[in-house]
Amino acid sequence: MSGILDYGSYVPYYRLARAAIGGGRGERAVASYDEDSVSMAVEAGREAKRVFDSNNNGAIDTLIFATTSPPYVEKLNAAAIASALDLPASIRSMELGGNTRMGLAGLLLGVDLGAAGKTSLICTSDVVIGGPGGARERDSGDAAVAFVTGPGDQAIAKVLGQASSTTEVLDVWRLPGDQFARQWEERFGIQILGPVSLDTAQRALTDAGVAPEELATVILDATNKRDVAGIPRALGLKPEQVADMMAGNLGRCGAAHAGLILANTLDTARPGDKILLLSTADGCDAVVLEVTDKINSGRPQRSVQHWIDSGDNGLVYNTYLKWRGILPFEPPRRPDPDRPSAPIMKRHERWKYSFCGSRCESCGQGHLPPARVCVKCNSVDKMKEERFADEPCKVTTFTLDHLAYSLQPPVISSVVDFEVGGRMACELTDADPAQVKIGNQLEMTFRRLYTGQGVHNYFWKARPQR
Amino acid sequence: MASNGIKDQVAIVGMGCTAFGEHWDRDASDMLIEAATSAYESAGVDQDDVDAYWLGTFGSGISGMLFSEALKTNNKPVTRLENMCATGSEAIRNAAYAVASGAYDLVMAVGVEKLKDGGYSGLVIPGPDGDGTESSMTAPAMFSLLGPAYCEKYGVEEGELKDVLTRIAWKNHVAGAKNPKAQFRKEVSLEAINDSPRIAGMFGVFDCSGVADGSAAAILCRAEDAHKYTDHPIYLKAFSVVAGTNEGFLSGDYDFTTFQEVVASAQDAYKQAGITNPREQISMAEVHDCFTATELVLMEDMGFSERGEGWRDVMEGRFDGDGAQPVNPDGGLKSFGHPIGASGLRMMYEMWLQLRGEAGERQIDNPTTGLTHNLGGQPGRCVSFVSIVGNEVG
Repeated sequence: MSGILDYGSYVPYYRLARAAIGGGRGERAVASYDEDSVSMAVEAGREAKRVFDSNNNGAIDTLIFATTSPPYVEKLNAAAIASALDLPASIRSMELGGNTRMGLAGLLLGVDLGAAGKTSLICTSDVVIGGPGGARERDSGDAAVAFVTGPGDQAIAKVLGQASSTTEVLDVWRLPGDQFARQWEERFGIQILGPVSLDTAQRALTDAGVAPEELATVILDATNKRDVAGIPRALGLKPEQVADMMAGNLGRCGAAHAGLILANTLDTARPGDKILLLSTADGCDAVVLEVTDKINSGRPQRSVQHWIDSGDNGLVYNTYLKWRGILPFEPPRRPDPDRPSAPIMKRHERWKYSFCGSRCESCGQGHLPPARVCVKCNSVDKMKEERFADEPCKVTTFTLDHLAYSLQPPVISSVVDFEVGGRMACELTDADPAQVKIGNQLEMTFRRLYTGQGVHNYFWKARPQR
Repeated sequence: MASNGIKDQVAIVGMGCTAFGEHWDRDASDMLIEAATSAYESAGVDQDDVDAYWLGTFGSGISGMLFSEALKTNNKPVTRLENMCATGSEAIRNAAYAVASGAYDLVMAVGVEKLKDGGYSGLVIPGPDGDGTESSMTAPAMFSLLGPAYCEKYGVEEGELKDVLTRIAWKNHVAGAKNPKAQFRKEVSLEAINDSPRIAGMFGVFDCSGVADGSAAAILCRAEDAHKYTDHPIYLKAFSVVAGTNEGFLSGDYDFTTFQEVVASAQDAYKQAGITNPREQISMAEVHDCFTATELVLMEDMGFSERGEGWRDVMEGRFDGDGAQPVNPDGGLKSFGHPIGASGLRMMYEMWLQLRGEAGERQIDNPTTGLTHNLGGQPGRCVSFVSIVGNEVG
């Protein structure tokens, strides 16, 4: 027996109102200019790992990252995620991509590894870009979700059964180098993948020995929602059994979407609830889960709804297009940022990715970045490493920099002091410049600061507590 | 441990300085040639009389050959040095120490910077390769951290402080208007300064120093030889440089209302020069007004004003050209412009003119002792330079 041990979710701060695009109701979630699938995976992964660590469930053996928007198409994105999550170097890692079903596929792979006695962290994250004015732009969203899977005795949700299908079909596709995916005539995909989805759902229920009427929630995710629109009637489901897919306030968040709706379901699920989760893209994966009485111990601090409720939906469409690299714009009269150096990044990996500073063992002074000689007592090599990633901090002083290069000027530059002791200069993100005040409570967040000469530069920023 | 100094051992006997500004028509070498040849002329010496050179440039060239190739100095040592915005001052200090050591008889300190060829707004600081985690703050942003911290500590309203900063810019533009070599030679109204577009924090465009090209040079010899070259040498009484440890960005103790490196270097220089009351004993000062708030904080760090009282002294006109203690009588970085490697020497050039009574329209009444100051870096993390000069020995 194997199952989900805990989970975490992440919805970025910005929302694009569909009215701002020129039509439609509601809004879609938008990764900020300094986010990508890796940085958001880290945010969701931190939420899940925090719960895992507090439950003393042992060690994570495997990291699986699934996305259709990998920041590097060659170079393991999961390695940056592992480093930012401070996972051990001995971890096994792999990446899944190719279509949006890989989020659920990754979760099921983690469950299978759990049956083999392994504990896995599955981070799924996507930044979904559609051509301006199209349905994909309007109806998609950006978000991340993470699950820890493992042997069943501590599971918050057990797997009762599962089924899969693989279908060779030209439905949604994107060539290397293309910015936007293409889609064949919608009706064709529906007629091919509709029956495949229903068949997979029925086989999963049979495998689980669960009848449709026993299901508390049915989550139906597909590249085209009409692929799965016939399932509720075919299975005889009542409307209240069918999960809200959050089209109105999130949009479909690519590979992360099925997991995100599962997380939203688990946020309020009760022990004994049975869930059918299905994701369709070039075939279908389906799983039947049962929520256990451990559910309360596996919930993250912040629910999906909490993330949704803390956001800013005033994003201007032009700004969104600029962030996604769709709209050219007047550059500032400042040099382009330099790419970071590979050897220096490697030497400073514990700082840059894991956000570990040091603390003087002689006098207690914190150092960010880590130092060998104490700035207060000048002791040499009397430091112990300290991770500050989850430590709260506050604004000591700040300024709005209208001159610095940014896709979201002005840059909010701040000096922050950590409650545990330690200071650094860092940029504030996901903040309204007019609201920043000395003393504001902040938390750290992993970001892609910029991309210079083909190198993504990841580091940490501070944001107002969400 | 000692910082003994070389009080009155070395004198400046000739100086040259180009106009500062946007010299689209000149290379760094052209400016070096002008500054150096006018310094030779000022001291009445030939190039071959000079034994060694110290060249300060932040980034307009590498090695001493930037100078030796431009001026065709024959088999002479030229040392290029860099210490951020204190670069030009460091050229003087190192040249002076070489003379005091007895190694050379006659030397030149020269500084140059060519900033306007890059095509960017503001100063671009080329750094070594990095890990991409360094703060991306621009220079105005760094120094704008002083404003809110000062207000908070001393209970000054933000609008009140803005008026103080505006007055500092206004004063330095008034001075620059009287200086034929300054980059900006126009008075600017308080209103225009106050309303200028925001750059960072409380700073508008007029709170920032001018980004300029320029060069300046000084000829130094032992004090006892000075009268061979001029009837009115100026005597070097103290030099101090302090390089900070970044404590301000590591320790929660630092509050962004002072430059502790400046305090330390000023104290050291005062000790070397025998100054016990800087507010009374220093006739005039050229300080590093890279931004208006910097000049305000420096008045307190130098001991010209009590802590928390600098803003009142500014508003009362104490530091005006005709005030009790003129600060930046040549217009300062604000209106003379700030070609990094040349600025420290430009400050010394104003001392040279003022102490010899040659400052024309902006001449101060009988100054005897002057102070020059540079800082490079940012509040909490900087190098600071202070020198004391005078027109009499003793």
